[in-house]
Amino acid sequence: MAEQVKLTIDGREVHAEKGALLIEVARQNGIEVPAFCYHQDYTLQAACRMCLVEIEKTPKLQVGCTTPVAEGMVVRTDSDLVKKARKGTLEFLLTNHPLDCPVCDKGGECELQDMVFRYGAGESRFVERKVHTDEKQWSPVVFFDAPRCILCYRCVRVCNEGMNVGALGVGNRGVIAEIIPNKHDHLECDECGACIDICPVGALTSGAYRYQTRPWEMEHVGTICTHCGDGCKTTLGVRNDEIMRGNNRDQTGINGEFLCVKGRYAFDFTKHPERLQSPMMKTAKGFEPISWARALTMVGERFSLAKLSHKKFGVIGSNHTTNEENFFLAKFARQGLETKHIDHHRSGDLATFFDALSGKTNALATADDVDKAKGVLVVGADLAQQHPFLAFQARANFRHHHAQVFTVTTGPVREDNYAAASVRVQKGGEVAGAESLRDKLKAAGDLVILFGDAVQGDALRKLIAFGDSLGIPVKYICLVDYANSRGAFDMGLIPRDGGMSREQMLAATDLDVLWVVGANPLKNAKLASHPFMVVQDLFMTETAQQADIVLPAASAYEKNGTVTNTAGQVQKLTRAISVMGTKTDLEIFGQIAKEMGLNLGIWLPDKVFAEIRKSVHGYDISPATLAVSPAPTMPLNGRVAALPGAIQSAGDTLFTSGSLSKYSHTLNSVMEAPGKLYGGER
Amino acid sequence: MTFSPELEKRFTALLTRYPEGRTRSAVIPMLMYAQDETGAITGEVIEEVARRCKVTPLQVDEVVGYYSMLHRKPMGKFHVQVCTNISCLLVGGEELYNHASKTLGIGHKQVTADGQFSLEEVECMGACSWAPAVEINYDFHHHVTPEKLDELIRGLRKSQ
Amino acid sequence: MAKLLFNQPSPLETRIVSKNFGLESSETLDVYLANGGFKAFKKAKEMTPEAIIEEVKASSLRGRGGAGFPTGLKWSFVPRTSPKPRVLVINADESEPGTCKDRLLIEYDPHQLIEGILIAGLAVDAHVGYIYIRGEYRYLIEKMDRALEEAYAKGYLGSNVAGTGFKFDLYTHSGAGAYECGEETALLDSLEGKRGIPRMKPPFPAVAGAWGMPTLLNNVETFSAVPSIIRDGGAAFAALGTPKNGGTRLVCISGHVNKPGVYELPLGYPMMKAINEVAGGIPGGKKLKAVVPGGSSCPILKADECDIAMDYDTLAKVGSMLGSGGMVVLDETTDMVRFALRIMRFYQHESCGWCIPCREGTTWLRKILQRFYEGQGRREDISLLGELSKNMLGRTFCALGDAAAMPTISIVEKFTEDFEKYLAKQNKSELVTI
Repeated sequence: MAEQVKLTIDGREVHAEKGALLIEVARQNGIEVPAFCYHQDYTLQAACRMCLVEIEKTPKLQVGCTTPVAEGMVVRTDSDLVKKARKGTLEFLLTNHPLDCPVCDKGGECELQDMVFRYGAGESRFVERKVHTDEKQWSPVVFFDAPRCILCYRCVRVCNEGMNVGALGVGNRGVIAEIIPNKHDHLECDECGACIDICPVGALTSGAYRYQTRPWEMEHVGTICTHCGDGCKTTLGVRNDEIMRGNNRDQTGINGEFLCVKGRYAFDFTKHPERLQSPMMKTAKGFEPISWARALTMVGERFSLAKLSHKKFGVIGSNHTTNEENFFLAKFARQGLETKHIDHHRSGDLATFFDALSGKTNALATADDVDKAKGVLVVGADLAQQHPFLAFQARANFRHHHAQVFTVTTGPVREDNYAAASVRVQKGGEVAGAESLRDKLKAAGDLVILFGDAVQGDALRKLIAFGDSLGIPVKYICLVDYANSRGAFDMGLIPRDGGMSREQMLAATDLDVLWVVGANPLKNAKLASHPFMVVQDLFMTETAQQADIVLPAASAYEKNGTVTNTAGQVQKLTRAISVMGTKTDLEIFGQIAKEMGLNLGIWLPDKVFAEIRKSVHGYDISPATLAVSPAPTMPLNGRVAALPGAIQSAGDTLFTSGSLSKYSHTLNSVMEAPGKLYGGER
Repeated sequence: MTFSPELEKRFTALLTRYPEGRTRSAVIPMLMYAQDETGAITGEVIEEVARRCKVTPLQVDEVVGYYSMLHRKPMGKFHVQVCTNISCLLVGGEELYNHASKTLGIGHKQVTADGQFSLEEVECMGACSWAPAVEINYDFHHHVTPEKLDELIRGLRKSQ
Repeated sequence: MAKLLFNQPSPLETRIVSKNFGLESSETLDVYLANGGFKAFKKAKEMTPEAIIEEVKASSLRGRGGAGFPTGLKWSFVPRTSPKPRVLVINADESEPGTCKDRLLIEYDPHQLIEGILIAGLAVDAHVGYIYIRGEYRYLIEKMDRALEEAYAKGYLGSNVAGTGFKFDLYTHSGAGAYECGEETALLDSLEGKRGIPRMKPPFPAVAGAWGMPTLLNNVETFSAVPSIIRDGGAAFAALGTPKNGGTRLVCISGHVNKPGVYELPLGYPMMKAINEVAGGIPGGKKLKAVVPGGSSCPILKADECDIAMDYDTLAKVGSMLGSGGMVVLDETTDMVRFALRIMRFYQHESCGWCIPCREGTTWLRKILQRFYEGQGRREDISLLGELSKNMLGRTFCALGDAAAMPTISIVEKFTEDFEKYLAKQNKSELVTI
């Protein structure tokens, strides 16, 4: 433990680690030292001068954000001098800040408003003309209003340090200094919107949200983003059953302040006009809407009949429905339909992974480990594109803890910018590439290895054997793509005991019934047989178009339950909205079971999870633990038999996520925006 | 983008005078010399300097906005800078600037229609003891009176 | 280019750093060598680094850029044994209004500067230096480059300086117009190709300066004073001034005097004598109104405060500073509102914008002064000017905020009657608010 010092703040004796920043020590002791430019994760600026404090034996006021605490220091944060300084700074700040709070998006949740409310400068002595420049649009999602900007440089830092994009800078100087985008009049960047959320005032506003609502009109629902396997918390602002925005300004969840473009903006698929809101039945004239009652009865009858006559059922589940739904579906398939032909789109070789780790403890890394390990090795994955949060963690680890990051990839990746070593390999040469780094990896001390679908089967076993041979603590993350790929695997949506894989089902010539839940297997494939086909989905996908019955499903933002991220962390989904005409997949399963007269248990998420706790290894997580999710990932023991079928990454980028992204207006507008996004071959 | 052989030589020398890997240090001198030749810091110049110094164009753009001698638009063939800071002010610097403005028919940072002259009211140029001072294209002129300035301008007009 | 009209020297000067000024071809190495050049370097080469630093300390030389930090002490902070190479940076970003001396040192005696730099190189074991010259001094960059070329050609720079085996490379570096880059850490950022924003301290440049390397930064005049200190001994230099205020310095006298010019005077020289005798007094027999003692950032002195010795301690006692040596003399006709406005216009123009109090404070103050000057002043503006300046004072990121606040406070307090006159001239003191 670092050396402790004793100091006095506002007459209170306080203990702290020597060298800790005064502003942090004060805050930890419940003493607020106001600041705009200070941000715990990014470089110190000492620019806003709001955190001035009085330190005994120091003639001038000192900034709390850069002053390290020392033994015997006597600090006052509440003296008249300090109060006057804060007020003076605010008065200066307001001279050129437009007082357009009534129409400013930030009104009501603006740090400048709050500071003026608390520290004064309510009356201005400023009677001169303010500096004005017009608002600018930098991208479909980023607008900049320079007069509102207080130049705290948080946006510049989050973009440069946090995202490693560096799309924002500072132009001009003095009173006309302003934030500038990297392409003169527009941005070419991740469009992640981190700059907007980190802005303490209304200088940076979101194209998707601006002038839509007042913050206090919304309810704020924390749930898990449905767009990739990283499992970021996103806080959805909901008004009148409509999601107005996504952000994570409270910095809770595994992702802290991080969110990518998808987590922040791509919730708008929920209100896409093509959203299915009624069950559909295929007729000679095409699809016709039918009532839920009729649809469920028909499905129930056809399933019962097929089961009675021992017909061949195939079930393709989803990698973004909840654990409860996946568990219930697997049970439905095995017990209710008595089929073993059950699978989902697998994007990482979890079967081999768990098998290779069998018997080991402490071998599964969490997202937090990526931020804490001394070494991080990325093998065969474009982390910044496919796992933006894990990429953010690796960068944060590099910035804060000087972690050594290594990449072994077929092409250049963003991590190369700061990697201790980067190895370029041909496809298939990933493990050999990692082996070439042996000495450097060993020297790191401990390691997290993240690998993508390029490493599967024997290569995966080799990689784990290599990790084990390093003689240092090594943990792994098998990267999978979708919001609940890991959960789908854990819940048993896999072709065990000789069942057919997804590809085998599509290729089978004797399939009688195909039940597809939240998946689009026919996007790039054809069915060899002509089964009775039921599809549950949000949209009329390529697969749904071939169905006999299409049931409109609720999205992840419209349901409760749990999902498991790529690192095996189980987190709770909380329903933010309901879309008329849809039902959750779990509800649909339950209703079909009821129609079939099956007893598969109660289909409420809590009840199903209670069953999961009892029967799925690693998921014995108490409701209390889950309430403060994420639950830590559990060691998996026992061997898992090799599974048939392809394992293939979705190849999603920052701006795409399966078929959902197609229905996000914002993602599409960003992709169509002028300027080059991060496309191209990786 | 190519520059004159002399400038290319200068740039090569610039890029080697800083410690290894510190080519960013060449950004400001490079911009200054490039501007002398191209007349202004255009987007193309920014991209070129960024490429040569191995930084992002944004990092160059930030610099261009900061330094008062770097211009995004071309100044006149003769850039007339009149100091009006305190030492010059006390001995007629402001009057001299106003005179220059009247003579040339242009204001601060404006360019004459024929592109020959531009005018700038500048901050202290370090000629305080020989005030008021004028700098035209890096040439200092001291103890300048309105008459002397007119003469200078006439001379420059003729020199074309 | 136009010939620089260098003022006639005064017989009252004590010429140490300017001793070669006026010599034919003083800018050439040959002339420099013929006048005792590089004797000091050769002497220093035989000394230990500690002895060199002790000699500089003994001279009581203080930084001539404006802050007046003891030079020897500054040199002693540079970790000579650091595994990182040391860098010398020469601050020739002379931009403090009223100051025009470094120009002459480069123009007339560049090899003296080079020798001073080389001696500093010996003292801190540095082998490379960069002379940061403000962009407006392009002709000086060219002159300095020629001097460097000559020194390289004749073996006084490069791998074997003056045959001693000492290696030193020296380069010029052009600024591009920014007063803020005279602040040493902003200069370092500028040298690294960035916006000239001052850095947080610690770490101080001595520990982590240019490119993170231990860096010794001094003003041109400071380095230029070193050869004579080493050659003739620190004590001899110190003896020229008053105790604790050793040596001579270049004083740039401008404004309302008959013989404005740059004069080398010993520290402690009487201010009134400098004005009346060295600079020939005030034209037209007018009375003295005020003096800016050391560049525009120094609190202004009223005429009755000027009967003092010009040294660091005396100036501090009267609440001002010796600054960069830019002494601006104001006669009784000077309009102090206009003067204060011009000063604030300067600082507003030069504020880098990094921190709120300076960025917004200088702008607000400029606007008030502008309005006042245009006849739209209010009585309350007089006190507001002082209060806002005090809200900047000591609260900004770097000293630029103080530099803007200090003269303003002093002008408003000492020359309130000038502001009152404006109010009296106005028909109504009512303000048209926008």
